[in-house]
Amino acid sequence: MIEKALKGSTGYWVWLLALLSIMAIGGLAYTQQFSYGLGITGMSRDVTWGVYISQFTFLVGVAAGGLMLVLPYYIHNYKEFGRIVILGEFMAIAAIVMCLMFILADLGQPMRALNVMLHPTPNSMLFWDMIVLNGYLFLNILCGWVVLQSEYKGVKYPKWVKPFIYLSIPWAISIHTVTAFLYCGLPGRHFWLTAILAPRFLASAFAAGPALLLIIALILKRNTKFDIGQTAKDKLVTIIGYAAMLNFFFLACEFFVAYYSNIPGHKHTLDYLFWGLGHGEQMYNNLVPYMRASVVMGLAGIALIFVARSKQSDGLLALSCALIFIAFWIDKGLGLVLGGFVPSPMEYVTEYVPSFQELAITAAIWATGFLVLTILYKVAISVKLEKDA
Amino acid sequence: MYGKQRIIPALILFVGVMTYPIWSSSSDAAKAPKPEKPKDYKECVAPAQFMRTTHMKLLNDWRDDILREGGSRTGHTADGTEFVRSLQNGCMKCHSNKKKFCDVCHTYTSVKPYCWDCHLQPKEAM
Amino acid sequence: MDSNRRDFLKLAGLTAVAGVAIPSAFGSLLKGEAMASGGPEPVAKTTGKRYGMVIDVKKFAENPGLAEKCINACHTNHNVPDFGNKKDEIKWIWVDSYEHVFPADSQYKRPDNLYKLPILTLCNHCDNPPCVRACPTKATFRKKDGIVGMDYHRCIGCRFCMAACPYGARSFNWRDPRGKDANGRPFIKAENPQYPTRMRGVVEKCNFCTERLAIGKIPACVEAAAEAKGLIFGDMNDPNAEISQVLKTTYTIQRNPALGTHPSLFYII
Repeated sequence: MIEKALKGSTGYWVWLLALLSIMAIGGLAYTQQFSYGLGITGMSRDVTWGVYISQFTFLVGVAAGGLMLVLPYYIHNYKEFGRIVILGEFMAIAAIVMCLMFILADLGQPMRALNVMLHPTPNSMLFWDMIVLNGYLFLNILCGWVVLQSEYKGVKYPKWVKPFIYLSIPWAISIHTVTAFLYCGLPGRHFWLTAILAPRFLASAFAAGPALLLIIALILKRNTKFDIGQTAKDKLVTIIGYAAMLNFFFLACEFFVAYYSNIPGHKHTLDYLFWGLGHGEQMYNNLVPYMRASVVMGLAGIALIFVARSKQSDGLLALSCALIFIAFWIDKGLGLVLGGFVPSPMEYVTEYVPSFQELAITAAIWATGFLVLTILYKVAISVKLEKDA
Repeated sequence: MYGKQRIIPALILFVGVMTYPIWSSSSDAAKAPKPEKPKDYKECVAPAQFMRTTHMKLLNDWRDDILREGGSRTGHTADGTEFVRSLQNGCMKCHSNKKKFCDVCHTYTSVKPYCWDCHLQPKEAM
Repeated sequence: MDSNRRDFLKLAGLTAVAGVAIPSAFGSLLKGEAMASGGPEPVAKTTGKRYGMVIDVKKFAENPGLAEKCINACHTNHNVPDFGNKKDEIKWIWVDSYEHVFPADSQYKRPDNLYKLPILTLCNHCDNPPCVRACPTKATFRKKDGIVGMDYHRCIGCRFCMAACPYGARSFNWRDPRGKDANGRPFIKAENPQYPTRMRGVVEKCNFCTERLAIGKIPACVEAAAEAKGLIFGDMNDPNAEISQVLKTTYTIQRNPALGTHPSLFYII
């Protein structure tokens, strides 16, 4: 089936070439990082995780978002999702590939990455993260490919695949819960030390993942004959809208706990993110415009997505999905990860600005993810369109 | 065999080129490496053949024992001489010339241990 | 292909996987490496050594320059590099002020001189270290004598321990510590040939001079402050040790005790 990715329009090849060029530039930047060290990034002694880990955290959510398609179709027999389940699974594959690449890019000694497997440490959440991420990658590759191939051959998928599909459902929850557990179990970081972190992660994941999927589905409808259908689109709107609303409710809960209890440790990070933190004479507020924008975009996106559905407007739908996706990308990426380091455990504020090489490597990894996604989607769409004909 | 006339000569040429370093007298690949042993000491912490095959594992065992289990930092050779179980403060005290001892075999076998990224090399006596 | 060949291939595949997985699983189980339970014991054992340190802040206030002496002793002994900028900074022991070392303590209506006191800060060598719990490779571990150690060979540089430490005690090698700055001056001013450096990409921190303790010496900082008696180091499980006497008779405070990390460092303010 993979040969279907070798035939495409000019647009398809131009897109792949663009992605490969971005990957090449990032690859060069990575050689610089590999020889100089991670000091080439904007990270410092106080802010030890930056754009790489924040992208990884966000993308685990996008991967888990695939669950929102698998669950209705396989458990609740929601046949209208029949055309897009494979898109969800393939998107999960691309997202997990990006996650793993971001983790490797962030390691100080990437050649020793296998130490995590050679010296298993069950008390470490990173160990479990390694297990669940690789397991989820394997599950999605297996289930997605086998089911697609059966469809290609015109038969029903074999029975042995069913247990793996059922396994992938709680596994999707687990990948994002374990990733949340990386943060919410650390005693020194009050911003992260909250039980609601895992539910918040899942809520934003179930909004951001399907939002990206819906945007891609609309692009596919424009450029190919593949249409996921109005019912599927409407259902996705429900899922995205409610998940996004839930995430903002959780955020409101965080605000309440911090500002009503008035405990400085709880307030300080939210102060820094949304209003700026004054320390001595200096005001630290480089993230404030982004965080405020993310709230505005997210709420606007939620309102707009329901309007788009009632008006049946694809343009508005794409816009609202983009607003929601970017809002959660800022919220989870910039806000959550960087916020945990401000103020530092010794009550210092060190701000973080990513360097050029860091951004180039980040772009390259995103481009790799999109490359994987494009190739897999090309295969899936070709198979489905052939079946239609 | 189809194409015998082309394949067999090509094969002979290929094998000859690939094994050139072994049979050619102009290359020193055939010469076994001769690390220069330290002059003042009669024996190492273990017999030479054992050290040849297992010195890396020995160092790893020392490290895990001393670092994690608080093991003894000194050991004894077969005839009772005390030595320090350490690369920098033990091995290199006797084998003080890294170029003439360690590097001779390592270069020959194209082994690049990264010990020296952290462990300080002994300053050459000369 | 016919079903016999298929079945054979399935069996061969399963055997190959099992043949690799089972011995390695057995190996790690027998070696006791795969820990079934959580991490270190949460409370100090009363048997065996349990190293701790009391820092008498008043002595450092009375002796200006003493803290610098301690810091230099440590950093020179252990080849700690000085990169000259805050971003790449590596420090095992340093001086900070009260509101930064004790942010969990009251900052309300404190005496004026409190904020001018030079407070030596270093790794607390907790009994219940969050960094050890977080490390995915056991590159940082708690030894039986209470010292939280670092194995630079195994560290993959993920910096999870740095995120986990509630005291900001750890530093990362963002670049090669053996390099030189723009003026050609090496970051490690004077190499101590008896101790290695580190490489870029690993985390480091105070190790309570475990290599000096092993040969019967006291930690470098304690030695530097010995005359002024600014640092009292010893085995807290030994009731006759000086540190046990001091802890029994003097009121000391610890950093953020509510977190339950049980640090081994005590401060007399």
